[in-house]
Amino acid sequence: MADTKEMKKALFGPIMDNNPIALQVLGICSALAITTKLETALVMSLALTTVVAFSNLFISMIRNQIPSSVRIIIQMTIIASLVIVVDQILKAYSYEISKQLSVFVGLIITNCIVMGRAEAYAMKSPPLMSFLDGIGNGLGYSFVLIVIGTIKELFGFGTILNFEILPLVQNGGWYQGNGLLILPFSSFFLIGGMIWVIRTLRPEQVEPKE
Amino acid sequence: MSAKKESLGKTIGVVVAVCLVCSIVVSGAAVGLRSLQQTNASLDKKSNILNAAGLYETGMTGKTIESTYSEKIESRYVDLESGEFVEAPEPDYDMYKAAKQTEYSTKVTSSNVGFQRRPNVASVYLVRDEAGDVSRIILPVHGSGLWDLMYGFLALDADGETVRELIYYQQKETPGLGGEVQNPAWQDKWDGKKLFEDGEVAIRVVKNANPSNPHTIDALSGATLTSKGVENTIQYWVGEQGFGQFLKTQAWRS
Repeated sequence: MADTKEMKKALFGPIMDNNPIALQVLGICSALAITTKLETALVMSLALTTVVAFSNLFISMIRNQIPSSVRIIIQMTIIASLVIVVDQILKAYSYEISKQLSVFVGLIITNCIVMGRAEAYAMKSPPLMSFLDGIGNGLGYSFVLIVIGTIKELFGFGTILNFEILPLVQNGGWYQGNGLLILPFSSFFLIGGMIWVIRTLRPEQVEPKE
Repeated sequence: MSAKKESLGKTIGVVVAVCLVCSIVVSGAAVGLRSLQQTNASLDKKSNILNAAGLYETGMTGKTIESTYSEKIESRYVDLESGEFVEAPEPDYDMYKAAKQTEYSTKVTSSNVGFQRRPNVASVYLVRDEAGDVSRIILPVHGSGLWDLMYGFLALDADGETVRELIYYQQKETPGLGGEVQNPAWQDKWDGKKLFEDGEVAIRVVKNANPSNPHTIDALSGATLTSKGVENTIQYWVGEQGFGQFLKTQAWRS
């Protein structure tokens, strides 16, 4: 049985020390697209965390049965099923947000974090640890999304979770929204900036010069 | 162990088992949640219609939307050619689905609206006041913006000419630029505008529009193509190929 220290490492390690976006640079595409508003970023984080955690759990449960010749396909089947279920639940209980997230929930299937964790961790580790690892990586992804979503929504729209913080000129306020931050690709700069900050704080993450 | 794990029978067995379990879970979720999803989709549509009718208040829940809608809104179908009310061609008729079927639709001749076919029979929604007279007519409109088709509702007064609301409920324009078609401040600019002048479609979306001119609406800044798309959409749908005949015959008066 894994001890608590190891469990803590699986759970919280991916937030700063081994962040899937900042260090492993996985799952960038969805991080670019849905962080314009904090609300969508939050729901997307929740959806992805659920999918990674449960796909890790199920794959780990049957890891000794999976023949290695078809292992990727089996992983995909499990992940795809989970994603569809999450998408259906969102449509049923949170229609507005599922409309905004549109295709990106479906694209969790191709999110490298999910596949990467299944292949790199869940195939070798017991179910409980895999589940925690999934949640941990989901949290790492969420952390980046939430930071970027907050920056983009605050300085792009002057709001946080649709509450007005900086009144916009269009609505009779004084704040001129930053048009660049509203566009999806501005996340490139922000993620780049975050990676820089994290690597300044944790110099051991810097890759050696070639 | 590993030799056994790789045998053909074992491989097929595992694949079939995984697929079976997964398909049961997926279809279970789809079937179990379908009714909830349909309620959501129809509620969403109804709240948008209520919004166009000027009856929507923030914080309305599913029940109040449902009851206000059934109390105040009357859903009818219009033959666009003759401008007369008709029965729905089939139960659960959907004009956007009908536009994809050749027997229910006509080819569009003007090229700037962004879609190829329009349905022969379109939905309209009538709002009645306490006396039972029609107080607003709500027309569904759609047309291309910069990135994709934009769907909305155009609400008119009972004179069939004065605009009350233009509510877009589905669009993929750039947030902050073209996406401002959904900004209430811009939507308010449509209130009181006139569609026609001497029987011709005269409504236009222009830069630096004079607010006192009843036929022009100020374009969105930084979103020329979206503004142009809105103009094309409205001109098409209130024009001869769209609801023009219906607005002329004023079928709702009889």
